[in-house]
Amino acid sequence: MSSGRRRGSRARLPAVALVLAAIAVAFFALPLIGLLWRAPWSNAWGYLTDDDALTALRLSLVCSLWATALSVVFGVPLAWVLARVEFPGRTVVRALCTLSMVLPPVVGGVALFFALGRRGLVGQYLDRWFDLRLPFTTAGVVVAQTFVAMPFLVITVEAALRQLDQRVEDAARTLGASRWYTFRRVTLPAVRPALVAGAVLSWARALGEFGATITFAGNFPGTTQTMPLAVYLSLETNPEAAIVLALVLIAISFAVLVGLRDRWFGARVSVSA
Amino acid sequence: MSISAQVQLRLGSLDLDATLDIEPGELVAVLGPNGAGKSTLLRALAGLQPIDAGRVAIDALVVDDGAGVFVEPEQRPIGVVFQHYLLFEHMSVLENVAFGLRARGTAKAEARRRAREWLERMALAEYAEQRPRELSGGQAQRVALARALASDPRLLLLDEPLAALDVGTRAAVRRDLRQHLSSFDGMRLLVTHDPVDAYALADRVAILEAGRIVQMGTLAEVTARPRSRYVADLVGVNLVRGIVANGVLRTDTGAAVVIADAAPGETLAVIRPHSVVLTREAPTSSARNVWSGVIVDIDRLGDRVRVVVDGVMPLTAEVTAGALDALHLRPGDAVHAAVKATDIDVSPV
Repeated sequence: MSSGRRRGSRARLPAVALVLAAIAVAFFALPLIGLLWRAPWSNAWGYLTDDDALTALRLSLVCSLWATALSVVFGVPLAWVLARVEFPGRTVVRALCTLSMVLPPVVGGVALFFALGRRGLVGQYLDRWFDLRLPFTTAGVVVAQTFVAMPFLVITVEAALRQLDQRVEDAARTLGASRWYTFRRVTLPAVRPALVAGAVLSWARALGEFGATITFAGNFPGTTQTMPLAVYLSLETNPEAAIVLALVLIAISFAVLVGLRDRWFGARVSVSA
Repeated sequence: MSISAQVQLRLGSLDLDATLDIEPGELVAVLGPNGAGKSTLLRALAGLQPIDAGRVAIDALVVDDGAGVFVEPEQRPIGVVFQHYLLFEHMSVLENVAFGLRARGTAKAEARRRAREWLERMALAEYAEQRPRELSGGQAQRVALARALASDPRLLLLDEPLAALDVGTRAAVRRDLRQHLSSFDGMRLLVTHDPVDAYALADRVAILEAGRIVQMGTLAEVTARPRSRYVADLVGVNLVRGIVANGVLRTDTGAAVVIADAAPGETLAVIRPHSVVLTREAPTSSARNVWSGVIVDIDRLGDRVRVVVDGVMPLTAEVTAGALDALHLRPGDAVHAAVKATDIDVSPV
């Protein structure tokens, strides 16, 4: 779709739609303006370079990137199975794998605790056999973030795989490409825009993760205290610092979303005739 | 060294049961309406659709027997040109053509060198670095053909290669395709719903109707002697090849056919039997073409009759049983056959 056509249709939109849309934009913009309005600009640098803030920021970036990587590694095959393999109960499996999108994150964190905690269903064996403990560790943060973030990647990539003309993969097979070569050289490049978009959404979700993290991994500065946790905690003790940290979080997310939007979100997954 | 295929399979409402052979160097066209099972038959040969029963063999290699043996498409010595070409949009034209060689393990530099040779042969060298979506329909088809041929298949399968083109370019692309196909000496199977594709390209035709091959033979046999009403309507026409100059097509046998709107050069003219008017006396009418001949055969298909006239311009005419009776025509009778120039379809070949 060309931008010219979009511009043309905007001109024909009824005024009421424009007003409602403007209200929606204001609804999203106002809280941000509120933060900017109350930000302690003169002391901002001090709060930013504070050791605790830097530690939380670094932890947030590292954990969210790990969560994104895990989401891609496991989420792409999952999306492929959901899109391409016919099996009984597929709808149930899809619902199960995307449940954490709508679940209150705190509930997700509690559920993770019962599954992977030291006395959990699987966690007791991880502890006993491998001496591996996830709760209240940095790895636990990554697990909690992956749990809530991966569905975003799965549904985005699955939709792209469904849209992709499978006959293009047939064409690759007749040219001598194995299934794996076809997946790597034809399928994956064709859904790459969706893969990038899904990864960015997952990453943004992981970066903002709060409920599951604090329930499953706790709130220990240096090991599990990510930015959202630091913001929440400092609201009680030092609201000015909280605002600065919140703005940093917003700035990072906003920059990434704006930077990738035109390049990837706009790109349609298509194989022309 | 040939293809022998006996394909039985059910897919949705389609019940396909077709036996087909292709001899070395031969181009066989499978002709039939949409939904007859043409593309499914092609997919079965390519390995994209396993058969339920039967046997598909390419040369001495059995690739599918409906039971234990199934050779994956990538292991079959085939090349396919798909209906919408299905080029890889995220690759350049050159990478598209090199894809088959790369997939089969040829080193990158060597694959690109050979792909470039194919592009030169197809007069596409200047488009090597472009994306498929930048090409015209005819160019995209040549890329698809080059991509299919680059890995040197024994069998080339073409699925409606001209259907995606608009009418204006189809004739020119068909002539192009004919030229490129004739330089490939392997076996070729063409699937099409357009009889003109078969007339222009095929050595033999198989007519597929509702999953069954209802007639198979050389182009001349099938067009001259359709065995059913259905085949007669589809392909039972007079095909006249010749060279056009000054609006007149001259055949090898020396007959002259006046035609309308034809460009000079080698041309295929299609004269439909129901356009041919038979008279006992030489007619005075607006028809520009009148040939005299002798009736050699009369073939009844329902209440319509196909009358085969031999002469300098052999023709089949189709008339009603009533008209035949009114003229008292019998084999051996001398007749005049008249055809209006505007009733003759022409396409360059």
